[in-house]
Amino acid sequence: MAEQGKVDPMHQFTIEPMFGTDHWQIAGYHIPFTNSALWMAIATLALLVFVAGGMKRQLVPGRWQMAVESMTGFVDGLLAANIGPAGKKYVPYVFSLFMFILFANVLGLLPLGIVGVHPFTFTSHFTATGVLAILSFAIVLIVGFWKHKLHFFSLFVPHGTPVVMIPLIFCIELVSFLVRPFSLGLRLFVAMMAGHVLLEVLSGFVISGLNAGLGIGPVVSILSFLLMVAICALEILVAGIQAYVFALLTSLYINDAENLH
Amino acid sequence: MPQIAQLAETYASQIFWMLVFFGFVFFVIGKGMVPKVMATVESRDKQIASDLAAAEAARAAADAQEEAWRVQANSQRAEAQALIAKAKGEAAKATETRLAAAAAKLDAQVEAADARIAEARQGALGEIEAVAVEAATDIAQRLAGLKVDAGAATSAVKEALHV
Repeated sequence: MAEQGKVDPMHQFTIEPMFGTDHWQIAGYHIPFTNSALWMAIATLALLVFVAGGMKRQLVPGRWQMAVESMTGFVDGLLAANIGPAGKKYVPYVFSLFMFILFANVLGLLPLGIVGVHPFTFTSHFTATGVLAILSFAIVLIVGFWKHKLHFFSLFVPHGTPVVMIPLIFCIELVSFLVRPFSLGLRLFVAMMAGHVLLEVLSGFVISGLNAGLGIGPVVSILSFLLMVAICALEILVAGIQAYVFALLTSLYINDAENLH
Repeated sequence: MPQIAQLAETYASQIFWMLVFFGFVFFVIGKGMVPKVMATVESRDKQIASDLAAAEAARAAADAQEEAWRVQANSQRAEAQALIAKAKGEAAKATETRLAAAAAKLDAQVEAADARIAEARQGALGEIEAVAVEAATDIAQRLAGLKVDAGAATSAVKEALHV
């Protein structure tokens, strides 16, 4: 990574097949178990352990059970606020989505490079976030057409639109609706990638500054390092916020499908 | 940018493993475990609500019992007061009648005693008269040698005694 004092900030996103699974194929598709898949597995396992710790079902909850219950309560409250009573049945999906993204984002930020393990943030790949975005969008479409049949298209004509404006508004609303899966997937991917690139670039500055010897070098290094510390804190915030935004937007879109306007 | 540079060779793997692991998360954690966690929360909320309702009901019952007890205590107190008053009245009446009876008895005794005294005085007076008649007759015979008639002596004694 650091060749001749240079850091390639994009190298961290490289996907590599692991454990000699490079030749795995299903129906001609190349599906090696990559470092990305490994971190998906780690996030899944961590989430499993977390939720399993809250399954004691005690009347008076312990700390762990309280933590798990506060997360389910948070998602439940989010759906109740955005969708209403009909939102209850989406709790499993939105909880899975929120927690999976949250764990992925936070695990990707762990400073495991110190012990020689490189965490991989699979939410910084649009091939991964795109799957989640398309899943959410598919649920919206299925629920919308299942519940409202073709009446679902009235979603694209807001109340009180003048008759002459209906064709134009319909097209605009349709485009904004169709953009949703892209914006949903790309927002998470871009936010996660940008943060990680920024940290890597700043760490490159720290190294370059140290290599530059006395003079301006240490100043650059120290300033960059301080900025890195601040941005690390910001990234932890972003990890939570992006997971929340993904879950929130999904619930808003599902609300459109459940209740139209 | 590896996300795009490696797109052709990695997209299938990324999508496949994403579906596998997110599928696992959704079906095992989301569908399997989350409803149980939420059911726990719900049953706890229900229990708290029912406990609060039970406590409220118990408090209302306690209030009602206290009120009933107070009413009963008041009525019992009034009853007791009435009983005391009645007993006092009866006792006063009984004392009065007994006092009256005792007074009547005493009056009767006094009367009897008076009668006896009067009788005794009468008897004593009669005896004195007889003795006086005898003595007067005797005296008259001895002193004057007169033979006084008993009737005359009696009337004379009576005259002398009752002057």
